[in-house]
Amino acid sequence: MSSSIALLLVQDGIINGAIYALLAVALVLVFAVTRVIFIPQGEFVTFGALTLTALEAGRFPASVWLLLCLGVTAFVLDLARGRTKRALIPIARRFAWDIAAPLALLVLALVLAPMKLGLAFNIAMTLALVVPMGPLIYRIAFEALAEASVLTLLITAVGVHLAMTGLGLAFFGPEGFRAGSFTSLSFALGPLFVTGQSLLVLAVAAILMLALSIFFGRSLIGKALIASAVSRRGARLVGIPEALSGKVAFLMAALIGTLSGLLIAPMVTIAYDTGFLIGLKGFVAAILAGLASYPFSVLAAIFVGILESFAAFYSSEFKDVVVFMVIIPFLLWRSLSGTHVEEEE
Amino acid sequence: MSRRSAALALIVLIAVVPVLPGVPAFWISLANYIGLAALVALGLVLLTGVGGMTSFGQAAFVGFGAYTTAVLTTALAWSPWLALPVALLVTALAALIIGLVTLRLSGHYLPLGTIAWGIAIYYVFGNMKTLGGYDGIPGIPALSIGPWSLLDQRVSYYLIWLIVLGAMVLTANLLDSRIGRAIRALRSGAQAAESFGVDTARTKLIAFVYAAVLAGLSGWLYAHVQRAVSPSSFGLNAGIEYLLMAVTGGVGNLIGAVIGAAVVTILKDQLQNLLPLLFRGTGNYETIVFGILLVALLQIARGGIWSLIEPYLPARARPAPDVLASATATEAASVPLAPVAAGSRQDTAPLLSADVIRKVFGGLVAVNDVSFDVRPGEIVGLIGPNGAGKSTTFNLLTGVTHLTAGGVRFAGEGVEGLPSRAVARRGIARTFQHVKLIPDMSVLDNVVLGSHIHGKAGVVSAMLRLDRAEEARLLGDAREQLKRVGMADAADKPAGSLALGQSRVVEIARALCLRPRLLMLDEPAAGLRHLEKQNLAELLRRLKAGGISILLVEHDMDFVMGLTDHIVVLDFGTKIAEGSPAEIQVDPAVLEAYLGGIE
Repeated sequence: MSSSIALLLVQDGIINGAIYALLAVALVLVFAVTRVIFIPQGEFVTFGALTLTALEAGRFPASVWLLLCLGVTAFVLDLARGRTKRALIPIARRFAWDIAAPLALLVLALVLAPMKLGLAFNIAMTLALVVPMGPLIYRIAFEALAEASVLTLLITAVGVHLAMTGLGLAFFGPEGFRAGSFTSLSFALGPLFVTGQSLLVLAVAAILMLALSIFFGRSLIGKALIASAVSRRGARLVGIPEALSGKVAFLMAALIGTLSGLLIAPMVTIAYDTGFLIGLKGFVAAILAGLASYPFSVLAAIFVGILESFAAFYSSEFKDVVVFMVIIPFLLWRSLSGTHVEEEE
Repeated sequence: MSRRSAALALIVLIAVVPVLPGVPAFWISLANYIGLAALVALGLVLLTGVGGMTSFGQAAFVGFGAYTTAVLTTALAWSPWLALPVALLVTALAALIIGLVTLRLSGHYLPLGTIAWGIAIYYVFGNMKTLGGYDGIPGIPALSIGPWSLLDQRVSYYLIWLIVLGAMVLTANLLDSRIGRAIRALRSGAQAAESFGVDTARTKLIAFVYAAVLAGLSGWLYAHVQRAVSPSSFGLNAGIEYLLMAVTGGVGNLIGAVIGAAVVTILKDQLQNLLPLLFRGTGNYETIVFGILLVALLQIARGGIWSLIEPYLPARARPAPDVLASATATEAASVPLAPVAAGSRQDTAPLLSADVIRKVFGGLVAVNDVSFDVRPGEIVGLIGPNGAGKSTTFNLLTGVTHLTAGGVRFAGEGVEGLPSRAVARRGIARTFQHVKLIPDMSVLDNVVLGSHIHGKAGVVSAMLRLDRAEEARLLGDAREQLKRVGMADAADKPAGSLALGQSRVVEIARALCLRPRLLMLDEPAAGLRHLEKQNLAELLRRLKAGGISILLVEHDMDFVMGLTDHIVVLDFGTKIAEGSPAEIQVDPAVLEAYLGGIE
């Protein structure tokens, strides 16, 4: 292998790795705050990318239906579980957020989608449609299970993944789509050919990481999330509502997932089940970082990205085998070093 | 109708279905798939419901079984029956390797690992030229017994369901045995199980390999019934479906595996007919319903369908205690009577001695060079204010936590550095500050866990019921110990129904099953009422009279002063005093530690 090919593979790996890093950070965040191992993380990538490509083609983005269904379900469940106070104003407020807002988006999408209003509109619309699904999913599937074991939460997460993948197929069909590039900028840098899109990926990833560290370091909500991650009971005792932490964590995970989907939509052909595999590679990185450390997750994700591009170069059929099997030696090392603490559940 | 006759009716129903006139062939083939899936789900019940471990990768093990026999019977033209042991062996070996890597890790790493290998192995199957790539291997011979070919669906139906029923009986036998109890004990945490001598890592591996072998068996059958294999049947989605079956049916019960397999298989078939009409296209739309079903089940009925049915069934008949076994057990249970030191303590050799033991957590010295002895036939109290290092000392002595420095000798032998199960085998039994009984197991089953090290029966003898003599002995022994602590009447109650005081006493009975020379009790009187404390003290005196030495950590001063022969006082990790109760009560250092200095 010549050094220029190696360089190319590294470049490729770093760009994919940046996406995996974003997803890994989201996974660690959700796990730390809610103990949910959020398998459907990758579905937000799919929904983000495919909503964007639908809008770009002037088609009605079918993901609106899911948003509306989730809103109605969450509204009804909260009412039934007594989480919404049974008085006119709280009910009306919930109704506005859970049902009226998705309905408004539905009408907006119906009217505006065929008009092809351009990239900025498409991105804003995609975020508005997909990101709210995060907290809605938390309210429907996970809020009532806050005291359940990690295992139960994991199986629930797998259930959500199954449903979302199936719905992705129903909404967007089995074919893959690719979005147009956000920018036509490109230039040569020594032996490398750098595209504006790939720079955009790195820039957005870096900005998001920075924003996250400021969020956790400076804002009250960020600190509340850290408190919930350290001890849920302790956080509750000082007045941090557990459900709020959960909703915020899921909102951020959905935002990160959707943004990742938007970023890679011009670079990779996305079908209804592509996001899952991308999300799982974020997982491999998160596991390599012990599901705990953000900086290590980022490093591990870049490692996974580079490993993948080299594996693809040597044997494209076995690239996924290599990426997923890399956690086995890691797990072996973890189990031999014996640093784990027994879980009491 | 009793449970037995209900089960019998079910078996008869299974037997007559194919010969009933007018049953469409399609139903038979659906029933075959249900049977094949039930085998895999059965393994998951053992693994997840009983052992508390979860695998999304069972489909990969089905694949190992199926591909092994596919290659052997097509490329090498072996007989399927000859390929069967090889298929099972390959599956077991794969499970052994994967299990060794992931099982020692706590909680969620195992399921995550199974997701990763579930995907990886799918790609391996799909990309290996010798395995036919994504097209798979066609032309696998059907099974035949002598001149009878099992090509006919109705014939393979009987074979499949015979194997399912056989597997259920063998698995039920396994669960009702020494190994089965050890697997059940895994769910309540490894620490307790290890403290009565269970090798939890090995027990997890046994459950894991057992579940994988059931999956491999299903794969072998599948290959010869389907007569072709391809990777898509063994991917992650298939693995998730098997777990869905186990959760749907009721992951804690063997019948649940069959119910879940039936519900999910039939539902999938119906949905595959219905949903493509709805969505105008083909695809795995059934995952939408499966996903919602899984989420809804976990919110509404975590015990699955079986937990909704079971309350309406007649209660399980309890076997009467085996009087004969109890009688023989009494002799076995008698503990050698050690001489009780009447005069000076120094005359007898110590049973347990802590020799300048030290434990440092980071920069904190939790136990600071503490030394003391427990002599045969003594009750020694370890006391001290909160945070004095009593529990850490306890954990150091029993091998739960490892020493930073120092040594521990028990019966003349160094036991420092040994894992707690090895310490247990040498004759130290303990109870826990926070009671660690398994709530949904009977009191007797909980107690008999303590005698784990006194049995030898392994997996195979348990499955084939060759362990009955040993089981009778162990159970008799457990009843004997329950009688000894005055809880014989509670033997068949679920442990979760006991009051705290009773639970503590049951833990003592469990510890006694180990036939210990030293009994270590961590705050045995905490949370007990006055009368319960008196009864406990009385019990401990009786045990002492029977020759057992006791070391106890306790906060209740009345209890300690009235009961112990010797007291060790810790404060901030350091031993500040040691002596008889009378000496301790007037010791200035002790008074200062407990009451503050008098200035």
